[in-house]
Amino acid sequence: MSAPSMGGASRDGYGSALLRLSGDPRVVVLEADLGKSTKSCLFRAEYPERTVSLGIAEQNMMLVAAGMASSGKVPFASTFAIFTERAFEQVRNGISRPGLAVHICGSHGGIHTGTDGSSAQSIEDLAIYRTIPGLTVITPCDDLSAEELTVQLLDHGNASYTRTARNKTPRMYDTDTVKNLEIGKGSVLREGSDVAIVACGVMVSEAMEAAKLLEGSGISARVIDMHTIKPLDTDLLDKIRVECGGIVTAEDHSIIGGLGSAVAEYLSTTGGCPIQMVGVKDRFGESGESSDLMQHMGLTRNEIVERARHIANSV
Amino acid sequence: MSIPELEELANVCRKHIVKMIHKAGAGHPGGSLSAIDIIAGLYGTRLRFNVDDPDWDDRDRFVMSKGHASPAVYSILREMGFLNDEDLATFRALGSVCQGHVDMKWTNGVDFSAGSLGMGLSFGLGCALAARMDSSKRETWVMVGDGEVQEGQIWEALMAADFHEVSGLKLIVDRNRIQNDDFVSVQMEVGDVASKIGAFGWNIKEINGHDMEEIVEALEWASMSSGPSAIIAHTVKGKGVSFMEDNPSFHGKAPNDEELALALEELS
Repeated sequence: MSAPSMGGASRDGYGSALLRLSGDPRVVVLEADLGKSTKSCLFRAEYPERTVSLGIAEQNMMLVAAGMASSGKVPFASTFAIFTERAFEQVRNGISRPGLAVHICGSHGGIHTGTDGSSAQSIEDLAIYRTIPGLTVITPCDDLSAEELTVQLLDHGNASYTRTARNKTPRMYDTDTVKNLEIGKGSVLREGSDVAIVACGVMVSEAMEAAKLLEGSGISARVIDMHTIKPLDTDLLDKIRVECGGIVTAEDHSIIGGLGSAVAEYLSTTGGCPIQMVGVKDRFGESGESSDLMQHMGLTRNEIVERARHIANSV
Repeated sequence: MSIPELEELANVCRKHIVKMIHKAGAGHPGGSLSAIDIIAGLYGTRLRFNVDDPDWDDRDRFVMSKGHASPAVYSILREMGFLNDEDLATFRALGSVCQGHVDMKWTNGVDFSAGSLGMGLSFGLGCALAARMDSSKRETWVMVGDGEVQEGQIWEALMAADFHEVSGLKLIVDRNRIQNDDFVSVQMEVGDVASKIGAFGWNIKEINGHDMEEIVEALEWASMSSGPSAIIAHTVKGKGVSFMEDNPSFHGKAPNDEELALALEELS
């Protein structure tokens, strides 16, 4: 495989998707003063009559979106991931409980966000949204997959939360391969049998680099882009469990409650397999350049390699 | 419906309210009885709906944000033909269409899933914005409690409705002066709600929320007004049942057998 091209950030993909969805008159976009950051501004510029500015008031935004969904609209509401959390109960009680198909996008998710510091670095969003019945939870790894998965939400039928990233990441897909993506189905980016690296979001590209490093030391690693945390692709996990020696999960998120937890929870109901988690170890982030911070917090290809070796050497 | 007919409708609903809460052994009589005259006036004179097609896209919406006063809603839905007496008798029981707090997922004729205070006005704003995008004249009526306006989200929604100049959104504040633990004045006085909401750019009208003529007139006023409009309805918690009136202990307590008999006697 040739070196991945550098695309935009996944939030750019969200913005592009809104434009692609604009042909459907049901689509409305809601903003809470951060449209320039989440990239919903692209839709606003073209369709101001279908864009609703709610100001810095996330709780109101969530219920306005719910009201619009109950009236036949397909609302896409975005702000920073961390500020969606302020309206967690609104998402639970006002959106998911009545089964209203509101699509929430939380941009600037994770430590990857960088210099803004810990207040802006949501490391628990995937965990909390995963606990809400019927809410689909997605975290794409690049701009093209963010665009594709967001487009698929149009007729998804139930509420969703999509986490996007502030900074650019290498593209894992091209305009053809991205069409194979499907919400709820993990994507195998690389075959291998000694260990499987199940990653999401910005850690997918690190997982791919880790697999190359592992190959150099004779360890064959399968790489999965588990872009949908919920519903989790348990069929794929069943396959991995049988075909690979163990699983390393990798996420820019707390190891409590996120992708790693979701995988471990499922595996505990099966015969199980060795599992190691790469993620944020129950601490807050801090300011710093994104790449420096990811190193500092152990969200790296080297960390994945180390965990994978641990599994490969113990089976 | 005429004023006497509306008054009679409200009275019938009051009997449903105390009976269903008694049967369930739980529920919120105080805030149901304070709200029911306004709700009867609304359903009897203004709200456009279709019992045979509860999900009719272009129906008016009634968003009961103070969702604990669900017996008031279920009683009017019974009288309008959405529910029957058996439904009311299962209030709060497993599998009942009459959930503890009003829930659009469970009950035909209910437009909002409430239970957590402070959310309904935002939801109503969403309904009203959607109606405007659809070039529809359908109206959205939201009822909140006075304790409920302590929630910050209410003020987010008030500000947003004014900013977006949403005419199809109508707010009714059930100003019954009592919340869960005690009088509003003890818990967190909300003061001159009319002036405060008015300062957020809304049209305001204050009424006696138990005077059916005033209610009907105010509902018409709100319907005809341009821009978001709010009716501050001064009410008595537990109205119609003497021992529940103005009594904080009947915010969320069911009447016992003896109290039910007394209540029904007073309402007969």
